[in-house]
Amino acid sequence: MKITYSWLKEYVPLAAPAELARQLTLAGLEVESVTPVAPPFSGVMVGEVLESGRHPGAEKLFLCQVTTDGSNRLQIICGATNVRPGLKVAVAMVGAKLPNDVNIKRTKLRGLESNGMLCSARELGMGEEHDGIMELPEELRLNQDLRAALDLDDVTLEVNATPNRGDCMSVFGIARDYAAAQERRYLTARVSPVAVHSAAAFPATLDAAAACPVFATRVIRGVKAGAVSPAWLRERLRRVGVNSISPIVDVTNYVMMDLGQPMHAYDLARVDQGIRVRMAKPGERLTLLDDKEYVLDPDFLVIADARGPIGLAGIMGGRDTAISDATSDVLLEAAHFSPAAVAGRARRLGLFTDAAQRFERGVDPTLPPIALERATALLLGIVGGEPGPVQVTCAAPHGASDAEGWVSLRRSRLARLLGAHVPNDEVQAVLAAISDRVEAAEGGWRARHPPHRFDIRIEEDLIEEVARLRGFDSIAERHATAPQIAGEATESRVPSDRLLTAMVDRGYREVITYSFVDSALQRQLFPETPALALANPISEDLSDMRVSLWSGLVQACRENLRRQQTRVRLFEIGKKFLVRGGGDLEEIETLAGIATGTRWPEQWGSASEPLDFYDVKGDVESVLGLTGDAASVRFEADSLGCLRPGRCARIYRGANAVGWLGELHPQIVKALNLPPRILLFELETDIAMICKPLQFKKITKFPTVRRDLAIVIAESVPLAVLQENVTVSASGLLSELRIFDVYRGPGVETGRKSIALGLILQDSSRTLTDVDADAVVTAVVARLRDVLSATIRDQ
Amino acid sequence: MTDSLSTLIEQALADVDSSASLAALDEVRVRLFGKKGLLTEQLKSLGKLSAAERPAAGQRINDAKTSIQTALEMHRIRLEQSAMEKDLAKGSVDVTLPGRGQQPGSLHPVTRTRLRIERIFGQAGFQVAAGPEVEDDFHNFEALNIPKNHPARAMHDTFYFPDGRLLRTHTSPVQIRSMRAQRPPLAVIAPGRVYRMDSDMTHTPMFHQVEGMVVGENVSFANLKAMLHTFVERFFERPLGMRLRPSYFPFTEPSAEADIECVFCDGNGCRVCKQTGWLEILGCGMIHPNVLRAAGIDSEQWQGYAFGMGIDRLAMLRYGVDDLRLFFENDLRFLKQFP
Repeated sequence: MKITYSWLKEYVPLAAPAELARQLTLAGLEVESVTPVAPPFSGVMVGEVLESGRHPGAEKLFLCQVTTDGSNRLQIICGATNVRPGLKVAVAMVGAKLPNDVNIKRTKLRGLESNGMLCSARELGMGEEHDGIMELPEELRLNQDLRAALDLDDVTLEVNATPNRGDCMSVFGIARDYAAAQERRYLTARVSPVAVHSAAAFPATLDAAAACPVFATRVIRGVKAGAVSPAWLRERLRRVGVNSISPIVDVTNYVMMDLGQPMHAYDLARVDQGIRVRMAKPGERLTLLDDKEYVLDPDFLVIADARGPIGLAGIMGGRDTAISDATSDVLLEAAHFSPAAVAGRARRLGLFTDAAQRFERGVDPTLPPIALERATALLLGIVGGEPGPVQVTCAAPHGASDAEGWVSLRRSRLARLLGAHVPNDEVQAVLAAISDRVEAAEGGWRARHPPHRFDIRIEEDLIEEVARLRGFDSIAERHATAPQIAGEATESRVPSDRLLTAMVDRGYREVITYSFVDSALQRQLFPETPALALANPISEDLSDMRVSLWSGLVQACRENLRRQQTRVRLFEIGKKFLVRGGGDLEEIETLAGIATGTRWPEQWGSASEPLDFYDVKGDVESVLGLTGDAASVRFEADSLGCLRPGRCARIYRGANAVGWLGELHPQIVKALNLPPRILLFELETDIAMICKPLQFKKITKFPTVRRDLAIVIAESVPLAVLQENVTVSASGLLSELRIFDVYRGPGVETGRKSIALGLILQDSSRTLTDVDADAVVTAVVARLRDVLSATIRDQ
Repeated sequence: MTDSLSTLIEQALADVDSSASLAALDEVRVRLFGKKGLLTEQLKSLGKLSAAERPAAGQRINDAKTSIQTALEMHRIRLEQSAMEKDLAKGSVDVTLPGRGQQPGSLHPVTRTRLRIERIFGQAGFQVAAGPEVEDDFHNFEALNIPKNHPARAMHDTFYFPDGRLLRTHTSPVQIRSMRAQRPPLAVIAPGRVYRMDSDMTHTPMFHQVEGMVVGENVSFANLKAMLHTFVERFFERPLGMRLRPSYFPFTEPSAEADIECVFCDGNGCRVCKQTGWLEILGCGMIHPNVLRAAGIDSEQWQGYAFGMGIDRLAMLRYGVDDLRLFFENDLRFLKQFP
């Protein structure tokens, strides 16, 4: 909300603008900006054009005689077409300093002397208007500086009241809080009632007492048509960001900005019989001032006349009963609508109004008659008319009962919550500055909050007020004495930061991709997997919750390839969202990666080879190895729609499937215009990264013996089967089996492959002899020959 | 005999000295000390001498043998050394050529920042907690004292699912879940992804927050101030002014926003801090009694503080990143800058 310094100053003495902004901010009313209403300039006076005529030597210039004090006559040459005798103008005198370093001197223009300049708004930095000179209000007196005449030393402050502080949504409200904060003074709004000249009144019935407990009206008959708002009113509204519309609307807006009470004015002639404030009927329709028709839910509160709704309570008035230039009798309304009756409704209709903003935060229920008096006083001076009496309709007996609104504050609680001692007299002073009444009570105080404070309901609210109004700075920092509770350092699973480090050390860069993804891409990768779709996505390509991290990774990889990167290795740890039967949702933390390009970064001394399945498998294995349980890890050939058949593995730990590894399907590669070989993997960390308890095994002191074997087997035999057979036949002496070559080609018949095995043999109780080692080799060879039809390659 | 021995010694020493290689030297050694070597022959010839002559002659031959062997050994060392020197001269490498192998990847700056935050609070005894990202209205709003139609809901542009569930708009629901799971006293931080319908230079529809919460019998606002101030100084690794400004969150009372002295201009005013000298970095306050009650905690016995801050924002300030969207574009040219 915008306010101006000079307006605020009418209620309370103020510090200089910059300091004021700091004070307000530190009391919880954040000042977002402080803007002078006009830039610095000097030597500009209010003047009046006495004569104006064509410059004899220049077609586009005017020769003017201007006075600034009623007796002087200044000859000034001016190019604006709107210059005319009688016009009040801004005169930059000789010696004036204008914005942008413009200094006014006596000059000659086409042979004639000019003693100053008539200014446009732009020349004074007060707007973009440059079509002509500024036309000042007629009522401005001569012989005064323009800055004083237009109050141009004023500044506008943009103040952010938090949603709980409806009471600070007005100039007066901010002044009231400022007075409490700076002076410990409780400021009250006072108005003197205007004289009543007619008995005209308009009946109102309140059907929804909780939603609208107070409804005040006043009839003003015979207002002047075609009047315009005075300059000061228009200017004040302009400075706080409100457009001037008509005197009546301007006045109701002014009172709202001033006191915080939203008001409405009806054309009395268009309102049919009495007013009824009631809940909307289901499906009821109403056209508002914005010319749009709205269909109402039954939890909307409406103002209705005999024909139907004429206004949406606390939000916006109806079109059909609005005042116009032709209005002669006005019905002014100032009501209290409870926050519960207004909150969220405007938003639901896509509306945002000043009235709704205030009512949903809470407007002082005692304000309506005060606001009506203030508005009437202003209106009479502009449009005249005969005011009737202020008529206040109350749903409940008038005024809050004495027992209501009390909140207790215990001295001990205050000290304990803030961790600071506040002297009693300071607590008392703060409470007195914000409360209707303050009393001493057992162990502390009790205070009755005034009706405008919707935010004070419990003890903590008062503690907040004490802290806030004294300033949070007044509470010294104090370190807590924390309970001594030992933390965790689990070895039951691989910690996530270890996992991150491992991936980084394997040459992968971590990315963070959105949890919602392009549904088209996701369907392309996982056509069978149901995804949770957002009801209100921010855009089409961020509409479905991801069922795998791969969509995001593929996307990120693709974008980097487009940016001329050729070697991309990315990983992410995050949740995937799986819809289970019955609509249950499972959030599963996943480590996933993508890799493409060369095996090694381009470097000298090694050939540049494309990365393949086994490179990435090595990365996955190294990560799984962190569990200390590599023996439980298994890769089984499997198939998944988005992975290339024959190059796809399901990853297991024991009996649990924990992830996938494979090459992106060539069809998808083609469709997405990607380079040929993209490797992907994912691991569900919760089950994949469970650690095996570490248990020390005695180091055997007996040496190992190595025997190498090159065997040839059918292509179809997976290594895992070969390995199993070697292990079984090695009679417990095999401590490690190394695979040091896999060969296909000349010397090995088609359909078969040669695998070079390194058997590391060891016994824990004695040194193995050559005879022992040879016996193992013989047994292994026999078994491989019998079971796998293996042959031994010449050594 | 004497003369011939002298000549032999002279010749032998000359041969040793002129040996240009270890092989040549070895030949000299064999020629002198081999089975039929010259000195071996001399020793053999001792037998022909009389018993009286033998000791003196033996002595002379032995002396000759020792002096030649010493010369041989010294020359061998010299030859080996020069061979080593030649070898070393040939084997030098260009130390400025780059090393080989896999190059390490990198951690995302947001993760890097999260880990630092976890470490700083972890050392103060905070445990790290997590919660679901798809939340229900109760945990995200109701239990945090934000009933339906509350104006504060307007500050959270929420993503919904057709069944009414939603993507959490803050990490605060973890407060409720943590308090329900463990009894006080407790100190917990909960970092994670949060979601709001917003997208511009300073907003992305997904970002990261870390929630912090301490509940104890006497955990106070003064403690909150001390903890946060220490945190920001540890995080930015420098002394840094901090101020708390009264603010409003439905789930804390009193509520505050914390500003730090602008890290770009040292509080003198610049474009980043909009000339104020202050940067807003987090929201905090004393946990509202309604929130404690919603978590089943006696608000008379227990009290505590909570805070929430944007991890991405802290990363931006720490590393001078001026556009939040960069964090989610995953451009390698960006990521490579954070080793």
